[in-house]
Amino acid sequence: MGKIFAVTIIVIAIASAIPVVMHTWEAPADVSTHGHLIDEQMSETMLEAGVSFLAAQIILAIFIWQFSNRGAEAKIKTFPGGAMGLVIAALVLVGAEVLALGVFGVKAWADVYLTAPSANAMPVQVQAGQFAFYFRYPGPDGKFGALHPELINEATQNLFGLDPEHDPDSRDDIVTAEMAVPVNKEIHLLMHAKDVGHSFFVRELRVQQDFVPGLDVSLHFTATKVGRYEIVCTQLCGLGHYNMKAYLDVLSEQDFNDWLKKEAAMQ
Amino acid sequence: MATTVHQPPQIDPQRLPDHGHSGNDGGRNLVPGDGGRRVALEYSPPPSSTAMWVVLYAITMMFAAFTSALIVRKGSSLDWRTFKLPSILFLNTGLLLASGVTLEVSRRRIAAFLRNLENKVRNPARWLLVTFFLGLLFVAGQYVAWSQLSAQGLYLATNPSSSFFYVLTATHALHVLGGLAGLGYVIRKLSKSSLRRSTLDATAHYWHFMDALWLYLLLLLWIKV
Amino acid sequence: MPDISAPAAQHQAPTSFIRKHVFSLDHKVIGKQYYALALLAALSGMVLSWLMRIHLGWTNARIPGLQWLSKNGAPGDVMTPEFYLQLMTMHGTIMVFFVLTTAPFAAFGNYFLPIQVGAEDMPFPRFNMMSFWVTFMAFLVLMLSFFLGDGPTLGGWTQYAPLNAVGAVAGPGQGLGVVLWATSIGLFCIGQLLGSLNFISTTLDLRVKGMSLMRLPLSAWAWFITSCMGLTAFAVLMPACILVILDHLAGTSFFVASGLVLNDQLVPHSGGSTLLWQHLFWFFGHPEVYIAIVPGIGIVSHVLMANMRKPMLSQRVIIYCMGALAVLSYMVYGHHMFVSGMNPISALAFSFPTLVITIPATITVLIWVFSLYGSRLRINSASLFALGFISMFVSGGVSGFFLAQPSIDIMLHATYFVVGHFHMVMGVAAMFGIFAGTYFWFPKMTGRMMNETLGKVHFWLSFVGTYCIFMPFHYLGMAGNVRRYSSFPEDYLQPLIPVHRLITIAALLTGAAQLIFVYNLVHSRFRGQSAPDNPWEATSLEWSTATPPPFDNFGGKHPVVYHDPYQYGVESSVGDYVMQASPEQVKSGQEEK
Repeated sequence: MGKIFAVTIIVIAIASAIPVVMHTWEAPADVSTHGHLIDEQMSETMLEAGVSFLAAQIILAIFIWQFSNRGAEAKIKTFPGGAMGLVIAALVLVGAEVLALGVFGVKAWADVYLTAPSANAMPVQVQAGQFAFYFRYPGPDGKFGALHPELINEATQNLFGLDPEHDPDSRDDIVTAEMAVPVNKEIHLLMHAKDVGHSFFVRELRVQQDFVPGLDVSLHFTATKVGRYEIVCTQLCGLGHYNMKAYLDVLSEQDFNDWLKKEAAMQ
Repeated sequence: MATTVHQPPQIDPQRLPDHGHSGNDGGRNLVPGDGGRRVALEYSPPPSSTAMWVVLYAITMMFAAFTSALIVRKGSSLDWRTFKLPSILFLNTGLLLASGVTLEVSRRRIAAFLRNLENKVRNPARWLLVTFFLGLLFVAGQYVAWSQLSAQGLYLATNPSSSFFYVLTATHALHVLGGLAGLGYVIRKLSKSSLRRSTLDATAHYWHFMDALWLYLLLLLWIKV
Repeated sequence: MPDISAPAAQHQAPTSFIRKHVFSLDHKVIGKQYYALALLAALSGMVLSWLMRIHLGWTNARIPGLQWLSKNGAPGDVMTPEFYLQLMTMHGTIMVFFVLTTAPFAAFGNYFLPIQVGAEDMPFPRFNMMSFWVTFMAFLVLMLSFFLGDGPTLGGWTQYAPLNAVGAVAGPGQGLGVVLWATSIGLFCIGQLLGSLNFISTTLDLRVKGMSLMRLPLSAWAWFITSCMGLTAFAVLMPACILVILDHLAGTSFFVASGLVLNDQLVPHSGGSTLLWQHLFWFFGHPEVYIAIVPGIGIVSHVLMANMRKPMLSQRVIIYCMGALAVLSYMVYGHHMFVSGMNPISALAFSFPTLVITIPATITVLIWVFSLYGSRLRINSASLFALGFISMFVSGGVSGFFLAQPSIDIMLHATYFVVGHFHMVMGVAAMFGIFAGTYFWFPKMTGRMMNETLGKVHFWLSFVGTYCIFMPFHYLGMAGNVRRYSSFPEDYLQPLIPVHRLITIAALLTGAAQLIFVYNLVHSRFRGQSAPDNPWEATSLEWSTATPPPFDNFGGKHPVVYHDPYQYGVESSVGDYVMQASPEQVKSGQEEK
């Protein structure tokens, strides 16, 4: 049975690797400026993880094949190098891998999180609440009106709690249920949580960031390809979490301006 | 690191414990020992001593968690309002520290009593009872402090500062009550002449820790609240 | 003359049924009680997972009888999204706390640690008994949430704020359900602290003559290291639970920020910190997963050596690695929070130790694998599960490489990749460790052998089955399948639903295979073949006493330890091994100094 077990391990290991090698299920094509670093990091990690995985399972299987049910007179042998050799191998191999992945991964992370948005990035606010995303554009005055949570009213569709009567900045704010951005323009996304924790995830844009109630976080990105993408919530927020999504349209500049004008007219 | 064939030392059968227990007999030899290997004498503390360190460590971690919660909460928003600590707290502190002193006095007297029954130490539990009573007064005093605070309109939920005040002092007081239970246990054991030195020591360590913990909490509250 | 230097009081043999089997002070009975609790919890958790998987594959399926489990959660026996989340929360909570922390650590540890050090019992048997009954009460309180109010909490076993603190307005189960959850877990923490107390003092203070620390079996070391980890972890979770209960019942605002609006109403709390909960929880939560796996590492090493007929290349290194895992586990917890809004520099600070923790894990695996070289490997149910543990641990561990890097975590956080990772490396691996321990120690605990054929069938179905369930989770995650979704209406998730259906079928079949184990357990207990005192020709102290061990473990005689615990592959008068308590000299072999 040891030999059958060894074969099983190898079959499972190879079968597990096939969908990865064949790219059967993977992230969609990257449409961001920063995403290629993430994708490179992912491929490199996949290679190293894949090799480690296969090597470990195969060696395990080989030894099980060779040494199972050998009989009472078989001689006990010790692997040359003993424990010390293995410790050194682990320190060197894994240590090098860790260093490489860690050090080179810093750039991918820093590009997203440790760089400030450029001065002419277009600000868009997104508010996450049970169970929908709503978006706000500052309008021609370029300023967002203040948020007054106590004024939020689903019935009158005052979704952000704006006070246009007393707050002139909010009068031209444009509130939408779908997000649209012009292609190749840096966006500064301001994230506000209305009630509990949520998260903003767009696979193609290679961005994921939690909303933090009480703390307004932001991120910035630039979309490079026109298209329609799904924004999904990835932080458990209640019973409607599975259905909390919105669409992101990346449009040409002209199309975007048309869209914004149309939305403004509907306010 | 192979060892060569060696003879285990001759174990004197009379030295073998007939009732297995930890190395309270002073030490434990490694068996076997050859010429090249150090024969280590391992001292094994009484389990109640180890257990008490474990308990004190866990309590420390718990209050460390509360402390970090306090610091984070204070920094996360602008609604923290400081207030003046009720003055009775300082009296209570004095009571608790005094109880630490009386505990040490009682420990020495009981140790003398246990070592040497002919020594005419009358009523060896007396100072223990004083300690117990002082501890009880401390808890009562904490209750008075809470009443004083609530008379000023500062309740558990009034402000995060008052929330932490109540949570920290109440948790401490609960642990002091636990210490009182331990003192009660020691007094009972003493009266039945079955008190072990290690039990007394462990209980004393706990009590002194409650003292030190209180001083820390007082400082924390004084600075932050 | 009062006895001032007597050892920890040992207790008299019990006579009444209650004292023998219910409120017992005997660590062996307490260990079995923990095992029974873990078994009950595992079966409950497994049924919950079946319900979850059926819903994920077939969202509108009618599951007969489901409405009995919930007042409003399953009208017409069709699961609502909120009920899915409630089941999911209970599945996670039950499995992590009442199975993975209870069985490998509390159950086997309570039974075997005192015996492996040569003691009669733990030094504080009353606290030990209390620890079981407090844990049992915690389980009852948790299960009670099914039947009270509007059901269990739906916030996941991680119970993030402010969802966990704003109350019932956030969803079903978020009022009373959270309070019950936090109470249950708070009680659980107390139970574990009482247990750790006993484990640590047993290991340090009750070792018998000749049993130096380095002569302890690896399972004993694992239990000792785990109890140290538990001390720090559970002592931090408990205050967090207290604070969230206060947010619910006392109107405080530890975790609820200002200006939150639910149902068009401003939430009355203000000023609290959302991230505070995450820091407190994960400071506990990451060590917790090592608490779940380290006993398995010890048990698997212990079982493997007996079945390889040779010691590991170095026991000492494995001990150091377990210690390194324990220490490092406190430095890595922020890797659960990379995209949480925490300072991005902290993310890098947590990422490095997370990558570094790979090293002791790798060393351990390498030692296991390369110790197999030159062994006389015996294949039986216990050794199969031990070897399966290694395979699972590797599979689950390599996916950690991805999640340890914040940039990659951007794509994999909160997807099925994470769910696959922790199920394999913690869930399945720890279960395999529990099974290995069960098949190995069952003869000693009951005096009977388990059925080997059924054991092997159980192994094959479980090994292949769990790979079929959890390996695809990684692919789903790479495709962006978000976790904690009760169904998949999104456009891009539609093509993945067939994969979910296949997984569900695998899960139901693998689950059914576990019933073979339960049958084997129960049947062998009463009808199994009679077991000799040392059926595996093993060397540690538990095998040198009677089967099952008498009340005081060694029948009044106390062993003296002459050897380290893994003298296998030597020539002795009894075979190819020398028992720890045997004074016989070692003819050829290697003693670790």
